[in-house]
Amino acid sequence: MHKLLMTRFIPVLLFLLITSTATAEVYHHPVDKITKSTADHTKFPQLKKNFKSGPEVTKACLECHTEASRQIHRTKHWTWEVPMKDGKMLGKQHVVNNFCISVEGNEPRCTSCHIGYGWKDKKFDFASQENVDCLACHDGTGTYQKLPAGAGHPAYQTTTQEKKTYKKVDLSHIAQHVQNPDRHNCGSCHFEGGGADAVKHGDLDNTLLKPDHSLDVHMASGKGELNMTCTDCHKTEGHQVPGSRYEPTAYDRHGFDYPLPDDFPTTCSSCHGNAPHSANKKLNDHIDKVACQTCHIPQIAKQRATKMWWDWSKAGKFDDKGKMIVKKDSTGHPTYLTKKGEFRWEKNMPPEYRWFNGQMNYTTFLTTFDDRGIVQINHPDGKAGDPQSRIWPFKVHRGKQPYDTQLKRFVKPKLYGPKGSGAYWSDFSWDKSITAGMENAGLKYSGKYDFIETEMYWPISHMVSPKEEAMGCVECHARGGRLESLGGFYLPGRDVNPFVEIIGFIVIAGTLLGVIGHSIKRYTTQKNMEQEDAG
Amino acid sequence: MRKVYLYARFQRFWHWMQALIIFALLFSGMEIHGLFKLMGYEAAFHMHNYFAMGLLVFILLAFFWYITTGDFRQYLTEGNLLDKILMQARYYMNGIFRNEPHPFKKNEISRLNPLQRITYLMLTLVGLPAQIIFGFIYYYFNELVALGMSPGLLEPVAHIHTLLAYLLVGFVIMHIYMTTTGHTLTSNIKAMVTGWEEVEDD
Repeated sequence: MHKLLMTRFIPVLLFLLITSTATAEVYHHPVDKITKSTADHTKFPQLKKNFKSGPEVTKACLECHTEASRQIHRTKHWTWEVPMKDGKMLGKQHVVNNFCISVEGNEPRCTSCHIGYGWKDKKFDFASQENVDCLACHDGTGTYQKLPAGAGHPAYQTTTQEKKTYKKVDLSHIAQHVQNPDRHNCGSCHFEGGGADAVKHGDLDNTLLKPDHSLDVHMASGKGELNMTCTDCHKTEGHQVPGSRYEPTAYDRHGFDYPLPDDFPTTCSSCHGNAPHSANKKLNDHIDKVACQTCHIPQIAKQRATKMWWDWSKAGKFDDKGKMIVKKDSTGHPTYLTKKGEFRWEKNMPPEYRWFNGQMNYTTFLTTFDDRGIVQINHPDGKAGDPQSRIWPFKVHRGKQPYDTQLKRFVKPKLYGPKGSGAYWSDFSWDKSITAGMENAGLKYSGKYDFIETEMYWPISHMVSPKEEAMGCVECHARGGRLESLGGFYLPGRDVNPFVEIIGFIVIAGTLLGVIGHSIKRYTTQKNMEQEDAG
Repeated sequence: MRKVYLYARFQRFWHWMQALIIFALLFSGMEIHGLFKLMGYEAAFHMHNYFAMGLLVFILLAFFWYITTGDFRQYLTEGNLLDKILMQARYYMNGIFRNEPHPFKKNEISRLNPLQRITYLMLTLVGLPAQIIFGFIYYYFNELVALGMSPGLLEPVAHIHTLLAYLLVGFVIMHIYMTTTGHTLTSNIKAMVTGWEEVEDD
């Protein structure tokens, strides 16, 4: 019996056990080059050339992808121009910001993030097909890099710019190894907005290249994580990338995009629907008033500090020897630079909250403003009680920047350029820099400037925490909570009606006093009577 | 002194369950209202909702019991109710200090004095149902708005709910104190535990 068990049963059982798990697994084709694309770009003779420049690569791309550049020409990634319904012209080309203030006049520097080649001044040809930079977004090697001040060109020869050396890029190798954009492609500009890692957005920085579970539950790249990439949500069609901050979707009432998609495939509810909480249904009652991001992104700039304050008015100071000053905080972030002024940084902090209906109001270079207070460069529209508005999280970037004290408008200082061009970073004269910048832009300048405090709102949508780390009720439902300063609506736990509280106090205190008085009187009269009886 | 059986088993069970539920509701409600932080807003919120369901169940159960057993007759009064209430009130304001006997004798047929009758009747028929209704409007606010209720009502509903809760605290204090006004200081509470109360001899 024992022998039978050892020689027959156990081996057979073991065999079944091993093979059953193997056969139970669903068969998938291996994920390799063939599953990913119908074209192997290393096999194209057009790409096996010694390309001398970016535009040459683009020409080769266009031989097969004949309409690619024409698609690109229609995108705001190319035009940097977004016409709004109210007639304002926005887009990177036109908006004011309180970082480097304006693109125009500073092109070769700012346009290092343009998906084109050669935008070095306002004569750039936006109709050119070969000036579209395919590789910025489609580089699959991780070696393609535009020069910081190359007007969008990479280093065709090994080049030193801004004290850094940029190795010559191997265009032929890159052209043969293209891919659909991943986080590294988008991140090379969007993680470095404002000129360096983590400066601008507060929810986008290079930590998102390899985020852990806690930093971003969707993009976490570890084993067993979702490892989603930008275009999984910013689902692109014909090179149009949805999810722009110029016209954000503050409330997607459509919910799930499958089977019927809407125009806004980037919202949380595109995948999660409009009733995603199953354990605590009361949370679903918040959806009409609170954006998902508000509770699910409790902190921003989680692992890398973002810029919160930029004071241009302090710029231009030199030390005793006439040298430029660089001050850094203990973490190595600059707090003062002669070229740029004073900075403040913050890491892992709660965002600010505002009602938001999806309309952003922009102060442009053509807007006349009241200079008696803080000027909002953009501010979210919306209010409590408005069915379109929800409470949204924002990074609010504040600072001081130059404006025309007579015309009461923002000015475009020329920052980048050679000595004698009026560029502030070379000549350090605000007057010259503003004059040069405004002249270049064809805008009026009275000749009188001063600095004014501004604030700029950046809606937060990235760095979504895992649900265990989402905000608890008491973060808002409390006095002194996160929504303390957001008025116009009743928030349980935070708000009271003074009359109700006073009546309540009178009722409770009155009853207590009455009861105490009554019992004292009962006690004393009882004692008296007992004494009388005894006497 | 003699003993009378005043409170049936169900009544005692219902009374103490309702007491427990009301204490739990007042306690968790105050935390939700932000008066203190003890168990956390979320825990208080869940506790409040579960006990609210409990209160609703128990009050319906009590209605059922009172109607089917006919015990609701305890709450009916013959003659001029106001006069009788005033008599009872006068006793608490004056007579009690002079060791006067209670104006209304307790017995198996009539265990409630007129002031108790009107108070408990108002509490059970008006106060608690109103509080439950406003609480449920509060809880199912989104659904009601979807059915056409004005979203601006959230604030008044919340305030009324809070106000009624404060009034209930006042009732609870008074109610507990009143238990000491029986034949002895604890005879009323003992009765609500055992069912038997010591009352004055006829």
